[in-house]
Parts: sequence; C-alpha cells; structure tokens
Amino acid sequence: MAQDLHLLTLTQIAASLRNGDFSACEITDLLLRRIEASDASLNAFITVTADQALATAKRADETRAAGKAGALNGLPLAHKDIFCTRDVLTSCGSHMLDNFVAPYDATVVERFANAGAVMLGKTNMDEFAMGSSNETSFFGPVHNPWDLERTPGGSSGGSSAAVAARLAPAATGTDTGGSIRQPAALTGTVGLKPTYGRVSRYGMIAFASSLDQAGVITRSAEDAALLLGVMAGFDARDSTCIDHPVPDYVAGLSTSLNGLRVGIVRQHFDAGLDGQTALAVKAALAVLEEQGAILSEVDLPNLDLSVPTYYVVAPAECSSNLSRFDGVRFGHRASDPKDLFDLYCRSRGEGFGAEVKRRIMTGTYVLSAGYYDAYYLKAQQVRQLIADDFRKAFADVDVIAGPTAPTPAFKLGDKTDDPITMYLNDIYTIGANLAGLPAISTPCGFVAGLPVGLHLVGPPWGEEALLRCAHQYQLQTDWHLACPEAYR
Amino acid sequence: MKPAWEVVIGLEVHTQLATRSKIFSGAATEYGAAPNTQACLVDLGYPGVLPVLNEEVVRMACKFGLAVNATVAERSVFARKNYFYPDLPKGYQISQYELPIVKHGELFIQGDDGSDKRIGITRAHLEEDAGKSIHEGLQQFSGIDLNRAGTPLLEIVSEPDLRSAKEAVAYMRKIHSIVRYLGISDGNMQEGSFRCDANVSVRPRGQDTLGTRAELKNLNSFRFVEKAINFEVQRQIELIEDGGTVVQETRLYDSDKDETRSMRSKEEANDYRYFPDPDLLPVEIEKSFIDSVRASLPELPDAKQQRFVNEYALKPDDADILTLSRALADYFEAAAAAGSASAQVVANWVLGDLAAALNRDGLEIENSRVTAADLAGLVDRIADDTISGKIAKEVFEIMWKRGGSESPTIPVPAGQLSLAGQIIKELDLEQISDTSAIEAVVDEVIAANPSQVADYQSGKEKLFGFFVGKVMQQTGGKANPGQVNAILKARLSK
Repeated sequence: MAQDLHLLTLTQIAASLRNGDFSACEITDLLLRRIEASDASLNAFITVTADQALATAKRADETRAAGKAGALNGLPLAHKDIFCTRDVLTSCGSHMLDNFVAPYDATVVERFANAGAVMLGKTNMDEFAMGSSNETSFFGPVHNPWDLERTPGGSSGGSSAAVAARLAPAATGTDTGGSIRQPAALTGTVGLKPTYGRVSRYGMIAFASSLDQAGVITRSAEDAALLLGVMAGFDARDSTCIDHPVPDYVAGLSTSLNGLRVGIVRQHFDAGLDGQTALAVKAALAVLEEQGAILSEVDLPNLDLSVPTYYVVAPAECSSNLSRFDGVRFGHRASDPKDLFDLYCRSRGEGFGAEVKRRIMTGTYVLSAGYYDAYYLKAQQVRQLIADDFRKAFADVDVIAGPTAPTPAFKLGDKTDDPITMYLNDIYTIGANLAGLPAISTPCGFVAGLPVGLHLVGPPWGEEALLRCAHQYQLQTDWHLACPEAYR
Repeated sequence: MKPAWEVVIGLEVHTQLATRSKIFSGAATEYGAAPNTQACLVDLGYPGVLPVLNEEVVRMACKFGLAVNATVAERSVFARKNYFYPDLPKGYQISQYELPIVKHGELFIQGDDGSDKRIGITRAHLEEDAGKSIHEGLQQFSGIDLNRAGTPLLEIVSEPDLRSAKEAVAYMRKIHSIVRYLGISDGNMQEGSFRCDANVSVRPRGQDTLGTRAELKNLNSFRFVEKAINFEVQRQIELIEDGGTVVQETRLYDSDKDETRSMRSKEEANDYRYFPDPDLLPVEIEKSFIDSVRASLPELPDAKQQRFVNEYALKPDDADILTLSRALADYFEAAAAAGSASAQVVANWVLGDLAAALNRDGLEIENSRVTAADLAGLVDRIADDTISGKIAKEVFEIMWKRGGSESPTIPVPAGQLSLAGQIIKELDLEQISDTSAIEAVVDEVIAANPSQVADYQSGKEKLFGFFVGKVMQQTGGKANPGQVNAILKARLSK
C-alpha cells in the first residue's frame, strides 16, 4: 500500500477502491490517524466520528464485495457542523448548541450516506456561519495549513483547512455570502456553491434562508462534480428546493473551452484588490484564453452595493431564524432562571457570541417598524437590481470570472476588531448569493506562499459550465495539487 | 329618541381548518391527544427544519373566499410575525400579512332594524396556530404542549360594519354556518376551533370618524361575544360621559366576572417585524384551480333558505333557522321527502319537539335519537288522523327513548309500519274517530255532571273545557278532539 493515499483526490480514491488497491477501512483508518496527529494544531474538527466512520467503512467494503456499491461507496468526507447528523453533536460552532445532538439527518447528509460515503467527522466553522475567518467559532479559530498564524477563511474554515491539510479529500460547506469559496481560495482548495434551490437546505441550520446554499470543498473540480451529482436534486422537505433535472456533471467536464464566453467584471480590478492577487487572476484568465475561451469585459454597475445590501438582508433573516434558540426546547439554557424573561435573556446572552449578537441586533433593527422601508425593503430592491445586472451580463457571456477574495489569507486577529473590513472580504462572492447564482473558486496561484483563487460565476443552473471551466483549467495548471509542506 | 352613542364593531374570526395534517408539517391535527404526541420536528421548530405548505389548506381558504363572494388572490405571501413566547417554538408565527389569500368579501345578516344588512369582509388569511402553555399542576413551572402548534387557521377580518353586539353575534353565526357548510371547519367552540376577537369603539351618533377602539381577545362562544361587547360598550360610554378617554388597548373578557380588563396598551404592544418568510415561496393560484373549487361548492345557507321558502312554502323565519346548519337542513329535507305531510308541519316538529329534545339531551342533530324517516312516519300519522297532535307528542317521546331505525333517511317501504305506527299499535294509541263511540262517552259525562250542565247552559261557557277534559280522561286521550268538540257542542246545546 502506498504511503501517500491522503494525497489522492476523491475520484482517485473511488477508482482505487473499485480496483481493490485498498479498502475503505484502510483509507478511513489512515485519515482518522492523520486527523488525530494534526488537528490539535489546525482545530479543523469539532467532532471526529471515528467509531462510526470505521463501522461505515466496513459496511462499504462489504457492500462493495456484494457488488452493490453506491456512487460514493467507501469515500471518506467530512461535514460542516451546520448539517444535522443523527445522534452526533451538531453545534453550528456555537455555545448555544454545544449540547445539541441532532435527532435527524440533513438531506445532504442522508444523500451522501445513502450513496455509501463515510463521514469522518464534523468540521469547525464560524458561529452559525457568521464570519469570514473562522474566528467567531465557540470552539476556537481554525488555522490555515499554509500558515498556522493565518485564517483558513470562513465560515467553512474547518472544511477548507481539513481538505487543504489532506485530513479529508472533501468536505461539505455552506455559502451565504462566500463561506465556501473564500475559504477555498484562502487554502488552495476548490469550493463550489450551487444555484440557490439546487441542493436541499433541509437539516442545514439556517443563517439567512434566502441566501444559504450547501456545497462542497474539494481538491479538484472533478471531485466537486462527483459530489454535486449526489447532493443536488429535488427534496419535498424544502419548499425552495427546485425540481430541476440533475445532469451528469462528471460527464460534462471533458468538453473543451473553445468558444466559451468569459466575462471579466470591470469593477473587480479596482483599488480594493491586492496587486499580486490581481496578477495571478489575470494569468489564469490568459490560460482560459489559450484554451479557446473568448474574454470580454462585462459591467456590474451595482456591485459596490452588494456588501451593504447583504448586511441588511442576511442579518434580517438571521434575527428571525435564530429566535428559536430560546433555551426552552433544546440548546443552551441558563441555570436557575428567575422568570421567563430572565430565561430568554441569559440563555441567549450566554449562548451566542459577539458577532451573532451584532447581526441579530442589526437584523432586528432593519425589520423594525419605521425602519423596514428604509432598510429591508430598500435592500430587497437593490438586490433585484444586482440580480438584473447579472442577468444582463449573462446575455453576452457564459461565465463571469474574477478574484475570489481581495487578498490572500490574513493573520488571525487582524480584522476581528473591525467588522466592516472583515465584511469587505466577501465583496466578490456576495453578488452570487444575492442573485442566487452558482459559483466556484479554484486555486490559481500563490502570493508570498499563500494560495489565491479564481472565481467563476454562472447563470442559474450553470454548474456544468463552471465545473468544466475549472476542470479544463486544472488540466493545464497544478495549483490545485499543491500541498502545504507539513501535510505532504 | 335614538340613543346618543353609536357602537362600531369589527370582528376577527379565527377558524381552525379541518385538515388531517398541519399547515406546514405532516403531524396530525386531532384534538385531545396526550401533550406533545402530535408535534413533529417541524412543529417543535428544531434547528434545520423547514415548512412545507399543505395544499388542502389553500383549497379550503379558496372555498371560503368564493362562498363570501370575495377575491381569491392570484398571489399571496406568507410572512413571519416575530415575537418570543414559550409556546411559539420558532420565535415567529407564519402568517399572511400584506398579501392575504382572500380579500374583499361580503355576507348578509339581519340587521338590528330587521332588514338585510351587508357586512364587508376585509380579508381572510392563513396562519399557523401556536401551542399551549399549561400552568396548573406543575408547581412553580409551566408546561408547554405543542400539539396545537402548526394547526391551520383561517383568520377572517370584517369591516367595522357591525353596530351592536346582536349584529356581531349574527355575523359570527353566519360565518360559523358558512365554514361548516363548506366542511372546512368543525366550528367546535369548546375545543377552540372557532373563536374571535372583537374591535369595539363608540362615537357620538352622526360623527364620521371612528372612536378609539379596544380589542377584546379570545371570545369563544356566541354568548361571550354578546356579553363582552355589551360590557365593553357600556364601559366606554360611561368612561367618556364621565370625562375620560378610551385608550387603544387589548382587553381580556372574564366570563366569570362578566367584565373586560386591560391586557396591554398600545405602547406595550409588540413590534412584530413582519417580513416575507424566505422558507416559503409565494402561493400562486391558477384560475383552473379556482374553477375546480367553485364547482365543488355546496349550496350555501342563503341560497338554501331562499329555496326552502320557495320550494316548501316555509315561513322565512323557520327557513332561516333550519338552514343555519347544513345537518339540520339536511335532516329537515330528508324528513319532508320521506313523508306525505306538509313541509311546514314537518318544520314545526323539527324546530319544536325535536329541537327541544336535542337541547335537553345536549345532542347535535347528527346524533338525533329520532331519525328523519321516523319523524316523517310520525307526522304522517297525525296528518291521516290516526293520532292527535297531543298523542303524537307521547309517541315522539317513546321514539326518542327507543332510538332510531337503522336507515335514518329511507322511508318505510309500503305495507310496513313505521316506527310511530308500531308504537301506536303496540300501545293501542290509535285515535277514536268512531262517532257513536264518542257520543256514548259524551252522554255518560253529561249524565254524570248535571250541575255543571245546568251552569253551562245558563251561560258559564267556560265550563266547555271541563267537559272536553272529562271525555278525554275517559278515552285515555285518544278521542279525536275535533269530533269531541262537535258532539259536545251539539249535546250541550239541547
């Protein structure tokens, strides 16, 4: 057995398992040992489900022996701790839920399990997915495998760090304003956020319902295609999940980029973007052009409004979504409450961290009588303008390309005192959430030894083009294969 | 002189829709289950769960909208009403706010002046019910039962068109009758399936602007609606006449003390921070759906009342009462069809002895111990002079005690005795219509009471009843009353 199984992608592991090169138990065991060895310094996992993983792997090997292997049979992966997993702690990165053992599986978890995947554990995240650096987690920040003093991005920072450090070949994530793509960019991994409604939100603890979408962090576009094919599709338990056919995403990867119209957003290359990152992204665009893609400029005139719009809509929804955490039925409950009011105030006061409270208060304010029209309603109108901008742009191009994040990974603690600067980290990613569009980040270079990402956005249901574009780019480049030295 | 004050009332009627499962989950809605046994993860507001709209609820709201001549909205939107309460699991109630499913309806009641009065229905919207807090028997704690959480409600809001407690009750009864006709609610007020809030204000007669209103909460019987409004009207008038002002507030009616008292003022009212629920898509209703619902509508109370007057020549007031409930109307029609007596006589029996017996035993018409066919059989025996009305009352009581036939609405086949017929035969209750037999008894009575005969013949005509009584006594009440009267008159005048 080779010593570097952990370097294999999901697709490669699947082929090896089919060939009988090694068993699901062997790869699972190896990854669990890697997690045990490395996670003390990374803090990527909140829960490691070792016994359950080994039992599932054993069943997967038996199923394979019986000739009944599912699409993901024996493939190890991790779930962001925002997805409910039956009988396993589902904390959402919060003290509020640090005692919450979910009584059911999220649809995403269920579909992966039914396809035979092996869950290694639950990954760390910003509290209730609110953050861009993984520093708001009750379980402490996650460290970037490329530089332990730096952030792996957020909110799916545990997932991105685990995949970058080769502790798991893939992990689920959720993306409300860039929470899959920004961490992927900052850790040199691939992050896919599907079209809103492509993947069921059932069992995914809600942050901002109209923006949240489940996706994956992987090491190749091919792996993302494999996983999307399993997690996508209609679910009657989510009214916003759309009954739209699920194509064979893997089969669609091999078509060349010849003639693909790639739009470059004029506004993306302005003052806010780090110069070195801009160069890396421009080099990546040149690679696409060499492969036959036709580059042109597109205009998204309202893009500068996306961050303020997002920070009205998302907190508004979160203020309501998080009302259920009241200490009455589940989660943290203050001890010895004097009365109902005291129970509410202290349970929530103790259970939620500062960033969550800031957003609940912002959201409560923008929905209040007298402010609703000026903030919430206005933000919804601007959101429509932003969506219209994208729609117009997609009349002329198939994919919009640009940087995923304005800078490479910043140091932990650098932006925690300045929420606005932190919020601006999502400036390139938020538009896709506001407009409900699919988007992917793929590694496209390094700046001072830190990975940066190329961001591709597609029209609704445009995942195939995004995955193909990223895959064809990865055939020409090896940025996505780079592994931080300590984890080789 | 007209009173100086005009009363203005608008009602918000909350009616529980009779679906099998909840409005946004698959949990059952049955009443009376053990606490928290009919609440699934969605009803409990667990992290990660999502609501999915029950289509039947939309159909029922549509039915109501069409029945009150309203507009069924092509597009309606569920919103979140945010507030904290232990029996509100999500911290918000899913309701409809700016875009309700039904708007601009109307119905007609009998106004205080006796004429038909139009009452506008502003809107009717769908929402989920909350759970129930239990404060008794748990020492210093309160319990939460979430069985009711997520039960579908239709909230029907009237225009402030009602001018008295009596009109308010008439309106509420009409809504009650309509929802039961439509089969969209059981209308059970004891179980809380049908309750209302009343917005009450007063103003000097002739003034256009409305007075400040108080909202009376959770009135769960017709009687309480009337009493609560009357109390509140009196309170407001006295307050103003004493130089005070009415404050806008929510008040609770205490039926034990028959008074309303303040729950919270406008200043203490919640800011509900309504916004469209991002977990649910707007409800879009196609015309074909509305057409299919329209085709399924039953005959409604007003139309049925009109038909009863035209088809059965009933007194309008009787037709009104008979059509208040679909079951009662059906009973009447079955009885009228099963017999050959006049429909008005059947109506008299239904509204008289039958209603009294139901009331006495606390039964609904559906559980009547005398079936429509059996009642028809009885009324027919009066019509064909087999028994008198008085004996019929006895037969009815016996029928009531014995309970009904197996096929409640099918007339007794020709040649067979109806239940009434059997009882009459068994107990030998058939009327004596044989003239010579009655003459013989009359003669006996006259012979036995010479002094009364003398008094009668000297002008004390009131004694006639005495003779009738004696004859009836001797015949066990079975003598044909008409014949008894005629024969006595003839004999006494000799």
